[in-house]
Amino acid sequence: MGELLVEMTGISKSFPGVHALDDARFELRAGEVHALVGENGAGKSTLMKVLTGIYKRDAGSIKVKGVEVDVPNPKAAQDLGLAIIHQELNLMGHLTVAQNIFIGREPRHGPLLDEKALNRKAAQLFEELHINLDATAKVANLAVAQQQMVEIAKALSLNSDVLIMDEPTAALTETEIDELFRITRHLRERGHGIVHISHRLEELKRISDRVTVMRDGRYIDTVPTADTTIGQIISMMVGRTIFEAAPEIPENPDQEVVLEVRHLNRGRQVRDVSFQLRRGEILGVAGLVGAGRTEVMRAVFAADKPGSGQILVKGTPVVIRNPGDAVSHGIAYLSEDRKRYGLALGMDVEVNTVLASFGRFTNRFGWVHSKAARAAALQLVETLAIKTPGIGQRVKNLSGGNQQKVVIAKWLTADTDVLIFDEPTRGIDVGAKSEIYKLLNDLARRGKAVIMISSELPEILRMSHRILVMCEGRITGELSAAEATQERIMTLATQRESVAAASPETTPALSVGAN
Amino acid sequence: MQTTMASTSRIRSLASGESLQRLLALGALVILLLFFSVIAPNFASLENYRNILTATASNGLLATGVTFAIITGGIDLSIGTGTAFTSVAMGIVAVNWGLPLPLGLLAGLASGGLVGLVNGLLIAKAKLPPFIATLGMLYVTLGMAQVLSDVHPIYFTDPQPALQDFFMGKPIAGIPNIVWVMFAGAAVAWVLLNKTVLGRYTFAIGSNEEATRLSGVNVDRWKIAVYVVGGLFVGLAGIVLASRSASAQPSQGMGYELNAIAAAVIGGTSLAGGEGSIVGTLIGAFLISTLSTGLSVDNVPQQFQYVITGLVVIGAVWLDILRRRGRS
Repeated sequence: MGELLVEMTGISKSFPGVHALDDARFELRAGEVHALVGENGAGKSTLMKVLTGIYKRDAGSIKVKGVEVDVPNPKAAQDLGLAIIHQELNLMGHLTVAQNIFIGREPRHGPLLDEKALNRKAAQLFEELHINLDATAKVANLAVAQQQMVEIAKALSLNSDVLIMDEPTAALTETEIDELFRITRHLRERGHGIVHISHRLEELKRISDRVTVMRDGRYIDTVPTADTTIGQIISMMVGRTIFEAAPEIPENPDQEVVLEVRHLNRGRQVRDVSFQLRRGEILGVAGLVGAGRTEVMRAVFAADKPGSGQILVKGTPVVIRNPGDAVSHGIAYLSEDRKRYGLALGMDVEVNTVLASFGRFTNRFGWVHSKAARAAALQLVETLAIKTPGIGQRVKNLSGGNQQKVVIAKWLTADTDVLIFDEPTRGIDVGAKSEIYKLLNDLARRGKAVIMISSELPEILRMSHRILVMCEGRITGELSAAEATQERIMTLATQRESVAAASPETTPALSVGAN
Repeated sequence: MQTTMASTSRIRSLASGESLQRLLALGALVILLLFFSVIAPNFASLENYRNILTATASNGLLATGVTFAIITGGIDLSIGTGTAFTSVAMGIVAVNWGLPLPLGLLAGLASGGLVGLVNGLLIAKAKLPPFIATLGMLYVTLGMAQVLSDVHPIYFTDPQPALQDFFMGKPIAGIPNIVWVMFAGAAVAWVLLNKTVLGRYTFAIGSNEEATRLSGVNVDRWKIAVYVVGGLFVGLAGIVLASRSASAQPSQGMGYELNAIAAAVIGGTSLAGGEGSIVGTLIGAFLISTLSTGLSVDNVPQQFQYVITGLVVIGAVWLDILRRRGRS
C-alpha cells in the first residue's frame, strides 16, 4: 500500500434531531480498496458525503495527501482528486457515453464541437481503464452496470486519485460484479485509492484490502480483510446491547390466517415470496436496504403493476389489481414515505383521517356527511393521542410522530384487518417512537394483523412476534421472537444466493426455522 | 464483446431513437400530400405547393426556435404574441422614426432577443417555472405591442415598400424569400443544436439538469441562451409576418405559440425534455400547414379543420408514448 491519500479524524455531523456522525474516522492509502461497512444509518454515506463536499462537517479534520483541507462543495472535492459515484447515477440518458464523460469539457474546432476527437478521447480512456464500452452508445440504452462504468470513466477522466463507490454492486448481476471488480483491481494496481461502501459482506473478502466498520455514526475499527472473518465483522457492526423490552407475545398464537401470499414474483426485487400472517400477530420483516421488503408489500397491495403469484385473504384466493382492491379486501399499506404517499399534507387532520374511507361518510350523491366525519376524526385524535390544536389543523404543521399517527388514524377509520407498516418510525424522535410501538401492540391485541418492515434491528427484535428476513428479493429465513438475535438476522440478511450455494463457510450455519 | 455491444446499441438507437418518430412524421407528411393530391383535384399543383411552403414560413421559424426550449424541458408560450411585439418594434424604427429598413429588421431581431432574455432570466435566475414565466410574457409582449403602437397597425407600404418587395419577392423557383429565410434559419438552428456546445447543453439540461450542473456546466447561463435563441427566431418570424401583410399588427400572434409547439411535438420533440430535432420540427410544421391547406382546398369548413389538427397532435404524441412504453 502506498502513501496516505485521505485522513479523516474526529468528524462530527448533525442534522436536525439526528447525530449522523460522532467522532468518525477514516483513512485511505494509494493502491488499496478500503471497504466501509455498517448497518443502515451507520453513517457510511454521510461520512463520504462530508469528504466530497456534499455535506459540511460540524467538526473534525480532513487531510488529503497530508495537507489539511477544506471541502466546501463538490467542485472543491473534484479539484482535490476526490470522486464519488452515488447509488443514484448522475448521467444524461439522452447523450452518448462520450458526451456524458466529457460534458463541460468538450473538445472543439473553433465554435463547433469536435465529435471525432471526443469519441477518440473516450475510447482511449476506456483502453487505459480496461473498460469495454462503446463511446457512441446512448447512455439510456445501457444496462445499469455499463452506466456505472461511464461514471467511473468520467470520474477518472478528471484525474481523481480517490474513487468512492457507494453501494456499487447493489443493482448488478453476478457477472457484472465480476467485471466491476476486475476494473476495481486494475485501478488499484494503477495506484488509485478506492473506497467501497457495501452492505454485502461476503464481497468484501473478494475485493477489499482493509475494512472499516461504523456503527451509529461512530468509528468502530479498521481491520485487514484477510485476517478477519465475516462473523467478526457482523459482530462489530451490530455490537449494540440496548435491549429495551421483549415483544409482547400473544397468549394464543394459533389464530386464523388472515393473509397468505404464495409464490409472489415481481421483477428482480420480489422472488418467490411466500408467507402467512395471522390475526393478532406482529410480523417483522427485516433486511438491508434494497432487499425487496418494500417491493414485496407494494406488490401485495398492488401499488405498482401487480406481479405474479397468489394472494389469499382469510383462506380465499383474491385478485388485487390496484390499491382500491387491496383496501376492499381489508389490507392497508402505510408507506415509509408518509409525506409523499400517506398524507395530503396541505389538508387538515379531519380530511386526512377519513380519506381512505370517504365512501362511509358520503351519501350516494357524493355529499359528505361532515358531522359524522368530524366525530370520527375527533374520536381518533383522542384515542391515538394525536397532538394537534384541532382537527382543522393542516397536517404539514404537525410533528413527524403525529403525522404518522394521522396516517394510522386514516387506516383505523378504514377498519382494515391487515395493516402493513413500512418503516413506521423513520424520522420520528424517540419519545414518539415508543407511542407508535404502543399503538402497534394495541392493534395486535385488538385482533388486527400487523406487518412491520423495519431496518432497525432493535426495533424488529422488540416488536415482532415472528420475523421474516429478506435478501435480494428472497425470504432467506424466518425466526421466532425467541430465537431471533441481531447476529442471526444479519447473517440471513446478507445471505446471497451464490454464496449460500458456493461457499458455506462464509455464512455460519444456523438452525433456522425456515418456512 | 466490444463490437457486439456497439452493434446492438446502434440497432437499438435506430429502432427507438427520435429518428423513428421523425420517419413517422415524414411518412405521415408524404401520405398526407399523396392523399390530398388524389382526392382534391386542385391540390396537386405547383402553385399550391408553393402556397404550403409560404404558409409554413412563420410557424416553421417559431417552431424551430421553441424546439430548443422544449428540449431543455422548458416551454415558451410568449413566442406567438412576441411576433406582435417584434413587428411593432420594426414598424416604430423603420416607419415611425423613418430609419433605414435594415435598422428596422435589426430592431425586430433585437426586440425578440430581449423578450428571450427576460424569459431566460425569469426562468434561470428567478426560478419561475417556464410555463408561468412565458405565460406572463405572452401578455406582457401583447400589451407592449399595443401600447407602443397605440393599438393601430403600422403600415410599411408607403415609407418602406422594400420590406414586402424583398421578402415576398420570388427570385428562386417562384418561391418567396420568406421561405428561404425559414430554411436558412432552420439550417443555423440545426448547426447550433447539433454542432455546438449550446446544443449539447440544451440536450444535457433536458436529459438531467442536476447531473449537468454537477458536471460543472453553468446551467443558468445556457438556459438563458436557449431562450434568447428562441427570441431571435420570434424576431425572424415577426419579420416574415410583417412582410406578408406589409404591416405590423399589434394584436396578432395569440395562439401561434400552440401551432409552433404542436409542430415540434409532431416532429418528435419530447415535452419531457432531452429529445428533439430541427428536421423533425420542420416536418411537423409542414404537416400542419399541409393539413390546413389540403382541408381548405377540399372545402372542409374551418371548424372541422381545428378538430382534425387537434386529433393529429393527440395521435402523434400518443404514438410517441406507445413507442416509449415499448422501449422500456
